[in-house]
Amino acid sequence: MKDAFRLYGKYFSIHLRSQMEYKASFLMMTLGQFLVSFSALLTIRFMFLRFYEVDGFTYPEVLLCFAVVLMAFALAECFARGFDTFASMLGNGMFDRILVRPRGLVFQVIATKIELSRLGRLLQAILVFCIALPESGVSWTADKILTLVLMVVVGVVVFTCLFVVYAALCFFTTEGLEIMNIFTDGGREFGMYPFSIYGKEVLRFFTYCVPLALFQYYPLLYMTGRSQNRFYMFVPLFGLLFVLPAVLLWQIGLRHYKSTGS
Amino acid sequence: MIELKHINKTFRVARRNAGLSEAMRSLFHKEYTLVHALNDVSFRIGEGEMVGYIGPNGAGKSSTIKVMSGILTPDSGECIINGRIPWKERKVHVKEIGVVFGQRSQLWWDVPVIDSFELLRDVYAVDDAAYRHNLDEMTELLNLSELLRTPARQLSLGQRMRCELAASLLHDPKILFLDEPTIGLDAVSKVAVRDFIRRINAERKTTVILTTHDMQDIEAIAERILLIGRGRILLDGSLAELQKRHSRMKRIAVDYADGRFLPLPGLTLQSGEAGRAVFTADMDALSVSEAIAHLAKEANITDISVSGATAEELVLSLYEEFQI
Repeated sequence: MKDAFRLYGKYFSIHLRSQMEYKASFLMMTLGQFLVSFSALLTIRFMFLRFYEVDGFTYPEVLLCFAVVLMAFALAECFARGFDTFASMLGNGMFDRILVRPRGLVFQVIATKIELSRLGRLLQAILVFCIALPESGVSWTADKILTLVLMVVVGVVVFTCLFVVYAALCFFTTEGLEIMNIFTDGGREFGMYPFSIYGKEVLRFFTYCVPLALFQYYPLLYMTGRSQNRFYMFVPLFGLLFVLPAVLLWQIGLRHYKSTGS
Repeated sequence: MIELKHINKTFRVARRNAGLSEAMRSLFHKEYTLVHALNDVSFRIGEGEMVGYIGPNGAGKSSTIKVMSGILTPDSGECIINGRIPWKERKVHVKEIGVVFGQRSQLWWDVPVIDSFELLRDVYAVDDAAYRHNLDEMTELLNLSELLRTPARQLSLGQRMRCELAASLLHDPKILFLDEPTIGLDAVSKVAVRDFIRRINAERKTTVILTTHDMQDIEAIAERILLIGRGRILLDGSLAELQKRHSRMKRIAVDYADGRFLPLPGLTLQSGEAGRAVFTADMDALSVSEAIAHLAKEANITDISVSGATAEELVLSLYEEFQI
């Protein structure tokens, strides 16, 4: 395990050096990523200039929700980008190369593609946190902080799993399935607001099928003091179960690939 | 040691006719045809052998390499390499093999070559002393000292291939798979690559399996040839044996000042232009001296050369013989 982290560090360093070869491009990409999510922030801002609350949630609360989802998504995209661009990795033979290296496949897919320009989005997420944390009116006791950390960490895991599912499907289709973006990019966009505002059906879907609400809506209720139920604080942990179907699908896809070679 | 026994592999390939309406129809109903990529392939390759694996495009060369390197699982049959089944014990297996795909690079595009090498050292967990030793040896044999600090994207194809070869040998593999290593290279680079492969084989006893369409590669490197066509191994033998088998034919090239050539049974004109003619002579019908004597009868010959069939012609005649 320690060895894997060390090796990941090496990969990280070579990515950094590669991307620094094109400094201007890197900076502009980062800025672009920053601006894209900045526009999302503005939408929320303008919305709340007209309405004081959305389905009972106030502006700082929605900001908090947005910050968690954005942070989780940015981290997942930065470090699990290999799965997100997996179709091209299959297309250009990179995956065959990965298969003839004596390291874990998931590890190599993750390490082969680290996109640092996605840090622009991360920067944005940090900025939103800076606005939302003091304004939210939450008294930051240990349990609230733990809730927040759980939300982000599980969020990263769930988004990463979505990317893995997407990659696993590429084994069958060879080409990327744009439809999966509904859950990844879509999840990020929908996730700006607590899922309850879209109605019961949507909330149920994002609880049991694609468990985005597990690290967003339920713990948010506890954190903002809307619910005293401590159970909600640990709901994000159920989100970790999403790893199982994702890994299973990956294994099935991999077996298919090795038997067809394309 | 490599041993393949009765390996079979069938792919399902979607087929449809041309045209938009056909394309639409195929969205809902796909017709598949079965392609036998590998059909009862068996062979054995001992340690330290150099084998040329030849056959036309689509014959099954890449599929075989993929099976042996653990990328592809066959439908049936046995494949044991150094006592292991490649696709079952992938990680241990790939530590002992090196793979070069001529058309795909394993170097990091934007950083100096040495950075790629160092990452490979860490990926394969090669210890420092061994890495140093290998790097020095490769640098000397392949003349890399100038190239190591250059980003891969700035290398010429020949320079890049030299670096690819070094990259695939840093972890001391016992077996080296080379998939068209000389494709697109200029004459000088080709010679450098061939020399290097021969030296590595001689000094390290590395088993080399090489696919190529360049028959000079085969002449220079391969002690043994495996011919595959339509998924079947058609021939397995040394180049010399093959040449002997096909040595009935001699090629006679003649430069002449003036005069003409009379027809003679067993002597066929292959190509003729002003001042130069190339014949093939069938040794069953006449001897070399008879042929020369006949040609010299009514022509003023300035130069003449006699040679056996080249590897190129040999392979062409093999393809013809097996109708592949």
